[in-house]
Amino acid sequence: MQEVMLEKAKELLQSGAVDRVLGWKAGEFAYDITPCVFASAQELEAGFVYNDFCGNNLSKYLIKESRKGGKVLAFLKPCDTYSFNQLIKEHRIVRENVLVVGVPCQGMTDGETLKAKGVKGILGIKTEGEDFVINTLYGDRTMAKKDALPERCLSCKSKKHVVYDELLGQEGDKLDSGRFDLVNKLEAMDPEERFAFWRGELSRCIRCNACRNVCPACSCEKCVFDNDASGVAQKAAADSFEENMFHIIRAFHVAGRCTDCGECSRVCPQNIPLHLLNRKFIKDINTLYGDYQAGEDTVSRAPLTNFTEGDAEPSIVTKGGKKA
Amino acid sequence: MQDVKTFRPKIVAFCCNWCSYAGADLAGTNRLNYPADVKIIRVPCSCRVNPMFILRAFQRGADGVILCGCHPGDCHYSTGNYYARRRMTLLFSMLDYLGIEKERTRVEWVSAAEGAKFAATMNEFVETVRQLGPNKRLEDLRCKK
Repeated sequence: MQEVMLEKAKELLQSGAVDRVLGWKAGEFAYDITPCVFASAQELEAGFVYNDFCGNNLSKYLIKESRKGGKVLAFLKPCDTYSFNQLIKEHRIVRENVLVVGVPCQGMTDGETLKAKGVKGILGIKTEGEDFVINTLYGDRTMAKKDALPERCLSCKSKKHVVYDELLGQEGDKLDSGRFDLVNKLEAMDPEERFAFWRGELSRCIRCNACRNVCPACSCEKCVFDNDASGVAQKAAADSFEENMFHIIRAFHVAGRCTDCGECSRVCPQNIPLHLLNRKFIKDINTLYGDYQAGEDTVSRAPLTNFTEGDAEPSIVTKGGKKA
Repeated sequence: MQDVKTFRPKIVAFCCNWCSYAGADLAGTNRLNYPADVKIIRVPCSCRVNPMFILRAFQRGADGVILCGCHPGDCHYSTGNYYARRRMTLLFSMLDYLGIEKERTRVEWVSAAEGAKFAATMNEFVETVRQLGPNKRLEDLRCKK
């Protein structure tokens, strides 16, 4: 696929159809792939990659790239296209300046996930059927994909591109892979256990803001957490309250807009399963206000900017009764 | 550690200017009793209450937070309380998901004519929170004197 994409990008650059290409570039190690804007065929030749480590969601970069003038070619994976649509809906991306080329994705792994499984000295990766063949310093290693993928890809919601100008490869389908299973499991715990679980997770937070910075939905130019007077602008002297507050508010601010791409959990240096907070909101919205998938289209009204007269009362949560 | 008998919770009540604040007023002029532990904060509309307000109240020492607004359909601004209703439902559900006692939060619709309902609601809510004891799961130690 990498060669096909490279050819496509060079061809479009040469013909003048686009001025820049947004894609992925090799990092220092095989697994630390970074998003990159390429301006020429030479740069593409030198750095462009597309492999099973290209998990980065490129949509957020288009907010700035699409406003720089000239046309930019963006390679988007299925879950990136949801974020792209959502940003179009919020008038953040200038659509005319972007040429979207959909690229297939069979699930992206990352260095952290592989290292946690005991893979060391990673030099490269390739897909062979249902397996990853990982080239390491100690020889090749074959791992089944279901063992080597992060949770967000194991519970992938869709392999279908919801928006594209051109598509490379086959059109995929929406999947039903049980992405709310973990949320259900947490909900089934009693409150003491849940509290202990989240305390254990959130207390590791170092307030690096990576989850906020990477999130395609978190794209406010002025963020509530950048206010020095808010008392949450840095980790120093923080306590459990701030960890709870930061994560509740972070998830709340993207509620109804989160497309569930799972980038927050991928970038977290402390491996906090942050996407489980977002998924809780998605699940509640689905059960209380009807199924809604952010980014599926560019016209529907987001659940939190909408209402019906017969909405559930908050008492269904606070007083027990029929649980959402 | 205070025991249940002597513990007096701090309750923050966000009341909308048009209905519930007037309802609280009515409770007062009717000489209805409700605990002095309830501190009322007047807001223009229930929709004005940001999720952060609720969390901040807990941080600064509240043991329970209640939001009172006009009955759905009666909002002074037509639709404000409908939005507040969705927001608060999701927020409370999230608090519950994090294992924080959901009984400490509540939304009640109190109209300007419902002084009696206001007093009854506050009595009942304060009693509920008093039984739960001090807020430990969403406290900020730096704000404790």
